[in-house]
Parts: sequence; C-alpha cells; structure tokens
Amino acid sequence: MTEPGRMVEYWVKTRNLLWITMILWVFFSFVIHFFVNALNQITFLGFPLGFYMAAQGSLIAFVLIIFFYAHRQNKIDEEFGVAED
Amino acid sequence: MAQERDVFVANLGRIYGIYTGGFLGFVIVLAILEQLGVPDRIIGYLFVFLTLAVYAGIGILSRTMRISEYYVAGRRVPAVYNGMATAADWMSAASFIAMAGSLYLLGYDGLAFVLGWTGGYVLVATFIAPYLRKFGAYTVPDFLAARYGGNLARFIGVMILFIVSLVYLMGQLKGTGVIASRLLDIPVNFGIFVGLLGILLCSMLGGMRAVTWTQVAQYIVLIIAYLIPAILMSAEKTGVPFPQLMYSEALARITELEQQFGGPGGYLEGVKPHVTPFTNYDALNFFALILSLMVGTAALPHVIMRFFTTPSVREARASVGWALFFIFLLYFTAPAYAAFAKLEIFENVLGRDISTLEAVRQLPQWVFIFGEYGLVKICGAAASSPEALFQACQGKGVEVLNFANFSINRDVVVIATPEIAGLPYVIAGLVAAGGLAAALSTADGLLLAMANALSHDIYYKMIDPTASTARRLVVARVLLFLVAALAAWLTIIAPAHILAFVAWAFSIAASGLFPALVLGVMWKRCNSAGAIAGMLGGFGVTLFYIIMTRFELMEPWFGVRNISAALFGMPVSFILTYVVSKMTPEPSREMQEFVEQLRIPKGEVLMEDAKRAD
Repeated sequence: MTEPGRMVEYWVKTRNLLWITMILWVFFSFVIHFFVNALNQITFLGFPLGFYMAAQGSLIAFVLIIFFYAHRQNKIDEEFGVAED
Repeated sequence: MAQERDVFVANLGRIYGIYTGGFLGFVIVLAILEQLGVPDRIIGYLFVFLTLAVYAGIGILSRTMRISEYYVAGRRVPAVYNGMATAADWMSAASFIAMAGSLYLLGYDGLAFVLGWTGGYVLVATFIAPYLRKFGAYTVPDFLAARYGGNLARFIGVMILFIVSLVYLMGQLKGTGVIASRLLDIPVNFGIFVGLLGILLCSMLGGMRAVTWTQVAQYIVLIIAYLIPAILMSAEKTGVPFPQLMYSEALARITELEQQFGGPGGYLEGVKPHVTPFTNYDALNFFALILSLMVGTAALPHVIMRFFTTPSVREARASVGWALFFIFLLYFTAPAYAAFAKLEIFENVLGRDISTLEAVRQLPQWVFIFGEYGLVKICGAAASSPEALFQACQGKGVEVLNFANFSINRDVVVIATPEIAGLPYVIAGLVAAGGLAAALSTADGLLLAMANALSHDIYYKMIDPTASTARRLVVARVLLFLVAALAAWLTIIAPAHILAFVAWAFSIAASGLFPALVLGVMWKRCNSAGAIAGMLGGFGVTLFYIIMTRFELMEPWFGVRNISAALFGMPVSFILTYVVSKMTPEPSREMQEFVEQLRIPKGEVLMEDAKRAD
C-alpha cells in the first residue's frame, strides 16, 4: 500500500461503489414512490404495489443494499491489500 | 481479563438462547398463573420487576474499571449482536407504541416514517460507521475535534449532541413513566423514577459494555412482545399466523368499506382512503419528511456511537446491515397492526346502532376499557361506560356511530390489540413489557451519549487531560447520574407538548452534524473553518425555521412543515462548508494523510488516547 497510484485507484473504486449504492438508495427512498399511483394499479401479494413498496419493498431493498455494499467494499479492500488482518 | 471476555463472546449464542427460552418460559408461567386466578395487577408487577431485575443484573455483571470497556465495550461486540443492540437503541417508545397508531391515522402518508426511520441506515453504512470505527472515536465530537483541529469543533459537536439527545431522552423517560404507571397502578411521575432506577442500574457501573449487553436482552423482549400479538391477531382474523402478508386482506376489505360507506350520509363519510397517497401530507412534505428522517438517523450520536464497539471495520459494515434487519422485523409489522385495528373499528364499532342503551352495551368491550382512560372518545366525550357514551351521543342526536364522532388516541392501536383479538391479560402485560424495554434501551443509549460527551470531551479533553483512569471513570459516573437526574426533573416539570419536540431532533442532527461528518471523510479539502461555518449555519437555519414556524412568526416556506426543517438547513450546511473551505487555506499535509488513513480499514485505530487505553 505504499504506492500512491494504487491508493488513488483504490479510492476511485471505492467511490464508484459509493455512487452505485447512492443511486440504489435514492431509487428506493424517493424515485419509486413518485409513481405510487401508477403502481397501485398493480396487485402484488394481494397489496396495491405502490403501498407495498413503501410498507415493505423498499425496506427489504435497504437491508439488501447494505449487505451488498459491505460485501463489495470488503472485496475491494482485499484486492488492494488494505483489509484488516 | 481478556480471556474471560473471549469465553463470554464465544458463548453469546448459548447465553442469549437460554435467556430467550427463559423469557418465553416466564411468559408461559404467568399465563398459567393468570388461568389459576392470580389478579392482573400481580401479573403486571411481575412483568415490570422481573424484566427490570434481569436488565439490572446484566448491568451489574458487566461492571468495568477499564476506559475502553466503559466507552466502547472493549471493541469486541460481534456484528450480529451489535445489530440487535443498535435496533434496541434505535427503536424507542414511539416506534413501539405510537408508530402503528400514526399509520392507522395517516394511512399511506404515515409510511414516510417507516421509510425515513429505516433508509438512513444505508447512509450510516456508507458514510459514517466504517470510518468513525477506523478512527477509533469514543464519542462523535471526538472525531470532529480530530478532523477539524480542536476544541471549537468539539464544543459545537457537544452542544448539538446535547440539544438533539436531551429532548429525545425526556420522551423516553415519559414513555417509561406512562407504561410503568399503567402496569403498576402508580402515578406517572413515580413511574418515571422506577424507570430511571432501571436505566442507572444498567448503565452506571459498566458504561457502554453494560448497555450493550442489556440492549441485546431488551431487543429480544421487545421483538417477541411486538410480534406475538400481531401473529395471534392475524391467526384470529384470517386463519394464517403471518400478519405481515395477511393484512393485505384487511386492506382490501377496508378499501371496500370506504367505497361503500364513505359517500355522503354513509357512516364513513369524511374518511380518507387508507391506501391512497398524499391525503394528509402533500407530496413535497412526504418526501421532505423521508429525507429529513433518513439523514437525521445517520447523524444521531447515540446511533453512530454503537458502531464504535465492533471488533473491526469489516464488522462495523456488516453490523449496520444486521441492525436494519432487526429493525425491519418490527417496522414491517407496524402497518399490519394499523390495518387490523382499522378493520376492527370499521366493521365492529363504526356503523353500529347506538340509539338505545341496550344497543350501546353490545359494542366491543375494549372501547370502554380504553375509553375509561380517555383514549377513546365518542361523540366528543370519553367513552368511559355505555351510559356515558349513550348520553353524549343522545345529546348530539347521533343514532348510528359514525366516523366523524369517533376518535382514538394513536397509542391505543398496539396496546388494545390483545383486547381486540380476545387474548388473555398476560399478552397485554407482555406488550407493556416490550414497550418498557424499547423505552429503557433507547434511554440507556441517549444517556450514555450525553454523559460520555461531558466526561470524555468536556472534562478529559478540555478541562483536565492529565486525569488518571480511575478519576475519569468516577467523573464519568457522577456525570451520568447528574444528566439522568436532570433529564428526569425536566421531564416532570416540562409541559406535555415539549415532547412533540422529539421529532425536530432529526432535522437538527441532519443539518448540524451530517455534512461535517460526511465531508470530513469524503472531501480532503474540507477544513476547520468550512466545517465550523457549516455546522453553525445548518444548525442555525434549522433552529430559525423551527422557532419561526412553531410560534407562527412567519409562513412556512413552500408549506414545508417544520418537522422537515432539514430540507433547508442541510443544503445550507453543505454549501457553507464547501464555500468557506474553498475560501480558506487547504488542510495541512498531515491532515490529508490522516483522511487517507481513515479511508482504509487496515492499520490501528487513529485516536491517540484509544491506542494507549487499548
């Protein structure tokens, strides 16, 4: 980890992962709920889909996003040899 | 010492497995006692004192004389257990008792709370937890001081932390008092002191270490207490014990009734359709609330502090995921409570003939049980008895009970579910024990966040940096006691509406702390002048907006309610931090290297003091 070039590359990869995570977060926090009325026309597991997304769907997505982020970031750390021993 | 601890950590699964089995056995024994004719009052006492005794026992067993154990539980809490502790830390009396009621009242729009209080953990995982864990902070202001060059940033951090946490703590103490008073049949203020005793016994001797292991125990109680009544209710109403999916049937039936009887002259006239969005909040307020709650979550010191206790950065990340999973178990059940309660009210209470006293007596009994406490009001009066209800409605000429003449306190939705589903009193006691666990665990975390900011940041870092370990631990405990006593005293003398201020904590944290924390890691160019300007500016704008709109000194901007004041305060903070940083010299070479070290998990913790104490 002494080479500065590797360090820059590490941060670029980390930042790209952050952007992906943030896009997913914005999508499930806000964007999908803009379309609640349209989604409510669809039935999912017996629920109007727009209601379902706010009551459960987005919550499940948030949990999965965090585990996805943690997994990918751990992989990046290992690749660049900056993970903990 | 270390070896003893590791044996404990290795056996955590067994210890908490036995504990969970023991708690379920305890509930079963109480259920049998109830069937044998033991009075409800005794069951209530057993619930309160036995659970409090267990929490206090854990607190006393976890006593410590080591600084790093006291402040960060020795950094040996595995990800899953820290997840449970965080979930208990996070879910307050409001989440446990009031949230389902808000969903009942607000329908779809209430889901802004469900979304806002969960999605913030994505921000905690990506921007906050791993980096502050790497730094090795004991408190949030610790990080601000190290990154932004000293005690001014530390002091501003402590000030915002205090404002955010104190009102929040008062809310929990009030919740504890209300629940204890109902179970024990004592005055609320006396109940506050019973709760306070439980909180101090848990936290005083062992600090973070003790609070961690009690919070895990409290999570287990609160989640069992929340899920069981909902499962039994679902089995009773739909035949399937899976409330989180089966409430779709209740929603469909509610919608049907709304369409059938919601028109002019129908008994549901004036009702706002449950699943239709933006009937209580407009879209701007709905999304502004989600944003404020999410960002606020990611900046609440008592939440962030929990992630200082994991063994590694890697586990800190995983731990955020587990925390949200455990929170999710409660939050995805809350809308089911709301839907089942609404269906019960629409089918079995509203639309009923109340033109004779005989007919009024046929109403479900729970209406009168909670009416006696003034929690159910019919025809403008507390529905304390069939006679009182009959008289009030005759006076207004109401022959059929309708939506307009019925109001219910939002706390009742969860508390009344055991009665509505016809369950024995032991389940009602269980719900109360769960609410108590939720309030106590959050109070523990808040109290520790505030007391630690005083003992570590103000006393040790700013007043006496040469203090010995023993002295620091004594000071920490004295301050913990004083903060607890102050909060209890304020809770008792404060006017009731003060507790509505809790909701503002999120906007204040989001605009006062979040930008400084995030930019401190993500932007090397960010300097002290910028961060201090940003913290003060964001905090100032948010406070200005809250005060001006609360006292109606100005019109809300774009109609945004002040609970979402972060919509204005947070951008101001980000912009100020950026502009002022750009206008002033860049941080020193050492500081930029410090940020680079912060960004990678490898290597020791960066805080000098923590290195020595470890």
